[in-house]
Amino acid sequence: MSTLFQQLVNGLTVGGIYALIALGYTMVYGILKLINFAHGDLCVLGAFIGLTVITSLGGASGSPEIWVVGLAFVAAIIAICCAGVVLEFAAYRPLRNAHRLSAVVSALGASMMIENGIMLIWSPQTLVFPQGVLPQISWHVGGVVITFTQLMIIVISLILMASLYLYVNHTRFGTAIRASAIDQDAARLMGINVNRVIVSVFILGPALGAIGGLFIGLYYRQAVFDMGWTYGLNAFIAAIIGGIGNIPGAMLGGLLLGLFNALAGGYISSTWQQAITFGLLIAILLVRPTGILGERVAEKV
Amino acid sequence: MSDLLSVSDLHVSYGQIEALKGVSLRVAEGEVVAILGSNGAGKTTLMRSLSGLLRAKSGSITYDNEELVGRRADLIVRKGIAQSPEGRRVFGTLTVEENLDLGAYTRPISETAGSRAEVYSTFPKLQERRSQLAGTLSGGEQQMLAIGRALMTKPRLLLLDEPSLGLAPLIVKDIFTKLRTIAETGVTILVVEQNARMALKLADRGYVLEVGRMALEDSAANLLASSQVQEAYLGKG
Repeated sequence: MSTLFQQLVNGLTVGGIYALIALGYTMVYGILKLINFAHGDLCVLGAFIGLTVITSLGGASGSPEIWVVGLAFVAAIIAICCAGVVLEFAAYRPLRNAHRLSAVVSALGASMMIENGIMLIWSPQTLVFPQGVLPQISWHVGGVVITFTQLMIIVISLILMASLYLYVNHTRFGTAIRASAIDQDAARLMGINVNRVIVSVFILGPALGAIGGLFIGLYYRQAVFDMGWTYGLNAFIAAIIGGIGNIPGAMLGGLLLGLFNALAGGYISSTWQQAITFGLLIAILLVRPTGILGERVAEKV
Repeated sequence: MSDLLSVSDLHVSYGQIEALKGVSLRVAEGEVVAILGSNGAGKTTLMRSLSGLLRAKSGSITYDNEELVGRRADLIVRKGIAQSPEGRRVFGTLTVEENLDLGAYTRPISETAGSRAEVYSTFPKLQERRSQLAGTLSGGEQQMLAIGRALMTKPRLLLLDEPSLGLAPLIVKDIFTKLRTIAETGVTILVVEQNARMALKLADRGYVLEVGRMALEDSAANLLASSQVQEAYLGKG
């Protein structure tokens, strides 16, 4: 029984991270119908920038203060938001009216550029986050261990998801984002500057992604330049499971995938985890091709 | 009366195909003008160009003494030109109320509720359906929503692209009655229609657009009586 609860805690942690990253995929897809393959790499870039801040300000002694971690998050978020805007401007905007496939190729190219850029700037080797970056506290609740890092990841990702949900559904600009995703020309006729909406999505997504990326680094205490592939792919699958283009769907998909991964890892085999993930994806797409929440409302013509 | 909108020698193309081949028209403040034309005449192209969704190749669109060609669509809305587009284009997965509130996007938030109440008093059906998703409305209700949403921008000039499209005759009649009420509040209206009779009954003046060119221009009464229009658009042989 305690294995089950332990895996639920682990799954919620990883699921929260997947959800944060999946939101970036889904928001861009919602508006541009483009899969931003560079998103996973942006998240990894966030982890590396955060790591640099932690190691350079934390000193060699090894136990950086909590404010250093806060600063690492701020630096990663700012840098990745800028990178997101540059990415949109350089890689996607010139291809806005081109064939869909051109933008996909551009996305793949941007992904490789960022990945190799990280390798050149930092290292081709796995970098380790220093020990004791975060308080080494853990709680034991009836045989289940929850670490400070896990609790932080779960709480912050849930808060961020709730805030994003409220922002998108209950503010004027949030409604404009949803409207632009439905029909760009009709949105323009409402006086919405759709380009500004697109840029905002390339700020919001990467901001959440940078946090997700740094969470990965802090949780697994390591970062390697090509991990955007693994984590990006998982988050992307989460977005599809939830219904790509649908914001609550990405949250749900992320959490579900995290829980499913942890349970499969705990009860079946962790070597089969990836295969099991794809199995879940196939099973869900067979039953609901649009993803769990990706249902389109019947529109009368 | 001075012209609120004047279009001269407008050319618009899609790639190699020229959809508008030198269109000119004018609309005075407070006037209701109808543009008739069959499928493919270029009516929607004209409307999309006026709203800045399409960029004209040459010619000019002057509104309130300002050139609009090359202006961004969202800035044109801020100038006071609203459009209810062809096929209504309501945001299907947003509620009726969210659709309306988006119409007030360019205006202070404090004015949204008041404008919404005005639209509801013109179209009480929308108030009944306010928390329903727009995609689940009937065609007529969606058309009302598209017009209401355009009114939320507080336009001086309202562009209507085929408000009768795909609607039952009774509903068309109802919508044109509402348009009359809206025109009486002082909003200038430019309406593009295949339903020539309804449009000419509403309008003061009319134009006939044929394959990218204006073929006729006259008062609405004269156009209704003209044998040319009757044969081509009113189904009288």
